Amino acid sequence: MSLLVLSAEAASWIVLIAALITTARLVLGPGVSDRAVALDLLTALVAAFAGLRALVTDIDAYLDVAAALALVGFLGTLAFARFIAKRGPRPGEFEKRARLRLRKRS
Amino acid sequence: MIADALAAASLLEGLAALLVLAGAAFCLVAAIGVLRFEDVFMRLHASTKAGTLGAGLVMLGAALTLDGAGASARAAGVMAFLLLTAPVSAHVIARAAYLAGAALSRATWIDQRAALTDGEDAGAEAAADRGTDG
Repeated sequence: MSLLVLSAEAASWIVLIAALITTARLVLGPGVSDRAVALDLLTALVAAFAGLRALVTDIDAYLDVAAALALVGFLGTLAFARFIAKRGPRPGEFEKRARLRLRKRS
Repeated sequence: MIADALAAASLLEGLAALLVLAGAAFCLVAAIGVLRFEDVFMRLHASTKAGTLGAGLVMLGAALTLDGAGASARAAGVMAFLLLTAPVSAHVIARAAYLAGAALSRATWIDQRAALTDGEDAGAEAAADRGTDG
């Protein structure tokens, strides 16, 4: 087992733990945009994981997986952001922000 | 096992191993940041900077050592694509979250966009944003 394969194996475990932590944020929320951020990071992490698998197994096809994930993740993020912006402010949330700002000033 | 691997490794392999491990560490830092920061905009800092750097370093390490020009080019292409799209998606999410009225952390001192629009106009701007697309 070469040094590169060894470290790629270790790195894929680290990325897996990172993906689990990101999934926790995806589940916890609390807002839609928090989940959008978590999903965006999750696609980047899984693309990195696919690249690491390509290093460990020496199978090129994993790179196609990474490329497709990066593409679809970007488009998905754009669509998600359009959805959030179109939906507009939820009732009560703007008042909450104003209150937070006032508390800071006083 | 590790000593044998070290003795057999070339310089390029060592460099790629270092890049891959550093990239994984940045990925972990990004995930911890996304979990622990307080509001959407802070979380975007972690995911978009540390996350992209981590994934980019991993793909760079793969591009350096994979067999064949095609595989290396694909890995480099994925890296370039990630670096190009991360700022765009971060901007788009942050703008959408602001227009949707995402709450700011109490640690945030300055809301420059609210100073520009004086707070109340943000809702109207969101409505205009909906209208132009509708």
